[in-house]
Amino acid sequence: MSAESKANTIKTVVKQASPRKPKVDRVAIVSGLRTPFAKQASHYRGINAIELGKMVVNELMIKTELDPKLIERVVFGQVVILPEAPNIAREIVLGTPMNVRTDAYSVSRACATSFQSIASLAESIMVGDVSVGIAGGADSSSVVPIGVSKKLALSLVDLQKAKTFGQKMAILKGLRPKDLLPVPPAIKEYSTGLTMGQNAEQMARDRGISREEQDALAHRSHTLAAKAWQQGKLDDEVMTAHVPPYTKEPLSQDNIVRFNSTIEGYAKLRPAFDRKYGTLTAANSTPLSDGAAAVVLMRESKAKALGYKPLGYIKSYAFSAIEADNDMLMGPSYATPMALKKAKMRLKDLDLIDMHEAFAAQTISNIQAFGSTQFAKEKLGQRTKIGDIDMDKFNVNGGSIAYGHPFAATGARMVTQTLNELRRRGGGVGLTTACAAGGLGAAMIVEVD
Amino acid sequence: MAKQKIFQFELHDDGIAVVGFDLPGEAQNVLKEAFINEAESMIDDLSAQKEIKGIIFKSNKPKSFIAGADINMLNAAKSLEDAEQMSRDGHAIFNKIEKLKIPVVAAIDGVCLGGGLEFALACHGRVCSDDKSTKLGLPEVQLGLLPGGGGTQRLPRLIGIASSLDIMLTGKQIFPKQALKSGLVDEVVPSANLLKSARKRVMDLRKGQKKKTSFFSMKGLQKLALESNPIGRNILFDQAKKQLLKRTKGNYPAPEKILECVEKGIDQGLEAGYAIEAKNFAELVMSPEAKSLISIFFATTELKKDSGIDSDAEVVTIDKIGVLGGGLMGSGIAYVSVDKAGKLVRIKDISKEGISKALNYSWKIIGKKLKRRFISESQAKKTMSHLTGSIDYSGFEDCDMVIEAVFEKLELKHQMVKEVEENCSKKTIFATNTSSIPIAEIAKAAKRPEQLVGLHYFSPVEKMPLLEIISTPKTADWVVATCVELGKQQGKTPIVVNDGAGFYVNRILAPYVNEAGIMLSEGVAIEKLDKALVQAGFPVGPITLLDEVGIDVATKVAPILEQAFGERMSPPKAFDKLIGDGRLGKKNGKGFYKYGKKAKKGAKEVDESIYRLLAIEPTKHIVQEEISERAILLMLNEAARCLDEGIIRSARDGDIGAIFGIGFPPFLGGPFRYIDSLGVDKVVERLQHYQEIHGSRFEVAPLLLKMQQQGEGFHA
Repeated sequence: MSAESKANTIKTVVKQASPRKPKVDRVAIVSGLRTPFAKQASHYRGINAIELGKMVVNELMIKTELDPKLIERVVFGQVVILPEAPNIAREIVLGTPMNVRTDAYSVSRACATSFQSIASLAESIMVGDVSVGIAGGADSSSVVPIGVSKKLALSLVDLQKAKTFGQKMAILKGLRPKDLLPVPPAIKEYSTGLTMGQNAEQMARDRGISREEQDALAHRSHTLAAKAWQQGKLDDEVMTAHVPPYTKEPLSQDNIVRFNSTIEGYAKLRPAFDRKYGTLTAANSTPLSDGAAAVVLMRESKAKALGYKPLGYIKSYAFSAIEADNDMLMGPSYATPMALKKAKMRLKDLDLIDMHEAFAAQTISNIQAFGSTQFAKEKLGQRTKIGDIDMDKFNVNGGSIAYGHPFAATGARMVTQTLNELRRRGGGVGLTTACAAGGLGAAMIVEVD
Repeated sequence: MAKQKIFQFELHDDGIAVVGFDLPGEAQNVLKEAFINEAESMIDDLSAQKEIKGIIFKSNKPKSFIAGADINMLNAAKSLEDAEQMSRDGHAIFNKIEKLKIPVVAAIDGVCLGGGLEFALACHGRVCSDDKSTKLGLPEVQLGLLPGGGGTQRLPRLIGIASSLDIMLTGKQIFPKQALKSGLVDEVVPSANLLKSARKRVMDLRKGQKKKTSFFSMKGLQKLALESNPIGRNILFDQAKKQLLKRTKGNYPAPEKILECVEKGIDQGLEAGYAIEAKNFAELVMSPEAKSLISIFFATTELKKDSGIDSDAEVVTIDKIGVLGGGLMGSGIAYVSVDKAGKLVRIKDISKEGISKALNYSWKIIGKKLKRRFISESQAKKTMSHLTGSIDYSGFEDCDMVIEAVFEKLELKHQMVKEVEENCSKKTIFATNTSSIPIAEIAKAAKRPEQLVGLHYFSPVEKMPLLEIISTPKTADWVVATCVELGKQQGKTPIVVNDGAGFYVNRILAPYVNEAGIMLSEGVAIEKLDKALVQAGFPVGPITLLDEVGIDVATKVAPILEQAFGERMSPPKAFDKLIGDGRLGKKNGKGFYKYGKKAKKGAKEVDESIYRLLAIEPTKHIVQEEISERAILLMLNEAARCLDEGIIRSARDGDIGAIFGIGFPPFLGGPFRYIDSLGVDKVVERLQHYQEIHGSRFEVAPLLLKMQQQGEGFHA
């Protein structure tokens, strides 16, 4: 990375927004923190996403020694939204020692939700709207809104409107016993009717990605993540979670990472989605999990004025959208070239690449696409491929398959983890990228001086 | 209308007179002579005006209806007759209100206690606001008195005997919701709607509508079974009497007198009821118990205003508190800081499990409040979010104060001082919660000894009302004043004491407990010792206290005191064997008494094996009075030494410290009041008597001898 290119990029970003600002006033990621991620209904059983979000934001403020009065805005997200509190960001402000005058709103971009919350807050900082804020996301697969059947819901609303006893009876008569069963949240895509697993299975099938390849990637992910934990790399970015009633042993590490992963272990599992010919298993897919992650963002000049030494800076980011029926999880391959272009960089300029591993199959599909000239020509309309991924730079501390994937927390996890790894390597530029439901993609390039 | 200072009245178009009162120059409305006189002429005035259809009484002072009668009035009563007349005057005016032909409604917003509630009871209807400050109650019993303004007659007739006894015998305060449920008030509304509600109540009363309790409700059934027939009532009164005697040990006359008033009033009618109420009231006013309890009330009121220092150094705002050590004390301190004082609290412990335990400690207490619906779930969670923990010093940098509650080891305390000075800011106050190590010793490691102070909390922290604040000669005044303010916010009554072995509370406690131990060594049975002092009015006996506090804690403090004060503080030699035998007290289930599986349900049982261990035959008989006298005399004597040496700032602080820290019998008013009431002569004489028999540990404190010569008392 050259210093010149960095300066140029930021200049273009900042110039449009606020011409009076000094030429390089980047968006600084001052600090980042997450809860340990836990398997569904394990450590965080009964703890909803808002509580997880409150926990991480509270500890992040304390660790950052950040005066709550300085925080102007909180942008937060959750994917499985609790009907009783759709604006998680504001609930976090109200439920912690934060200042009630801190503005807060919530965003949703499926698995890329905290990329969006970071980007939204970064934009507010770039246009000079705010100078200090917190962004992040939280999700729980343990506390989910279990609703009633559509028919029952409709009848209940009608009942409220019904005036006479006869009308009410007529509505109730229309209900059948099966209408009274509770309904868990949908796992199918609303628009396509396909599950995420079916989408990934299709991608593996069409590309001929073998079970062995997928298992190998999963094994790699767990092995690297376990190593990162053992080397203490994650200690500063993962808090210890104490949850009510505070009688359980506190959780300091993700309980999903396999510390004794062997490749043989993966072969034993049966396919999870396509029982007959499928290659996707529970072990080479990311598990349902609970957790929260957040970052403190500031305008660079503000951070320095307050005496902070930021973790790093946002260099560029991009979001993409493709069709959702087929090859839905190719987002990284579309968003990455956009973000690189904005940063005026090429893939080989990057020191680290962190790609969200929703499924090993999806990850491998994207790795293939990055190195494919054909893909570049046909899908991206560019002559040259994005670039061959150097596996020594790729998900060096493992990925979502090992850590787990509380949907809205993953983006913030990846950004903080990449920045810390860059710092350990003495600086540089890293890419974080993820696919998301609905054919969306996100890519964010971050740098450490 | 004539211009009146306290009462204002407006006659509205609907014929309802709204009478507001506001006692000028006072934070609270209290019933005093001027107030009562004006009220009386106001009532005469109103009853003469034919166009008035109803009266609403309300306070023009925010958050205060009437806080009670002015206690200073009682000083005017020099004889039983005076005091009885006082009660009869009260009856007269309240009867006047009750007998008005037009409906009278009290609109209650804010505190309505004692005479204030009796005033409201005399009205025909009561409505109150749902404001947080609105509380109703008859706390007279806590001062050793009874509600002498007709309360013992009107309350049982309004809400039933059982409920009214519960209120009058405990003196507890009732919140609006409970008041509505019990029928004490007719309606609860937001403050802004209070007058509307009172007006409606007046109108309803004009129409002759009364509220009725259904016979099918629990209350209705209880009434039917117990209260509406003489046999049931007898059972109820017998039970109540048994229970209260268990609590008072006969040391407090007020509850029995209240019971008598209610019983006579119900059986023999209102007139007889008022008569016995006035008579009993007078007897209580003149009783030494009430005088002691009232003196405690005044002392705590004074302490609430006391900054704890003699200069006018400014209190610093404390927003965030660090607590070192998540053990029992640390957890308790964290709880009162976060929930009572509303501070941000960060706990540091050596283990993550320790943090969890400390969080659980607060969660359990807050969870109870949640269960009783004192707070909402979101309030509970929010409070918990103000309490966090860590195993390093993250989050300590901006702590305004750090309170350490680590093990009682000087090197460890020194390490804490150094670490806090390194990891916190220059402004951070370092408070050490030690019960035995002199603060000056701990301060030797400090770069800023002026910011080092001792905060001696008592266990369990959330329950024990005293906070002993220990200042060394180097401690800055602003630090002490800030701690006093914090202590008050934590719901404590703080006393400021000077540094010295054992400070004040443990120093006067030690010879008392030692004496019990010595009597045990002489062969007096454990349960006899404990019983004697419980009978004397202590909440637990000295041997039980040892088990509760921890024998290891006691044996740690004892040598420090012995070293500082010599032979008179020597613990019984045989006690060394206790620790060797692994007896730490209740905490490890092995002490003087049996715990856990070994213990039978019900009464505590002495672990007889202890007599063998100590090589004692527990057969010696000493009369109860002698047991308690020996132990208490030593406490009084040591308290006098503390005052003499300037350990405590005043006899008042010494009284409060002993009552709130040790449970010194409140009806005796504290060690210094007790010396006063016994007479210094008598105390000196008894000490000398025991000195002859038992030796120098009973040597009279120089201050007592001096006072004997000068013929003075501690309190004017």
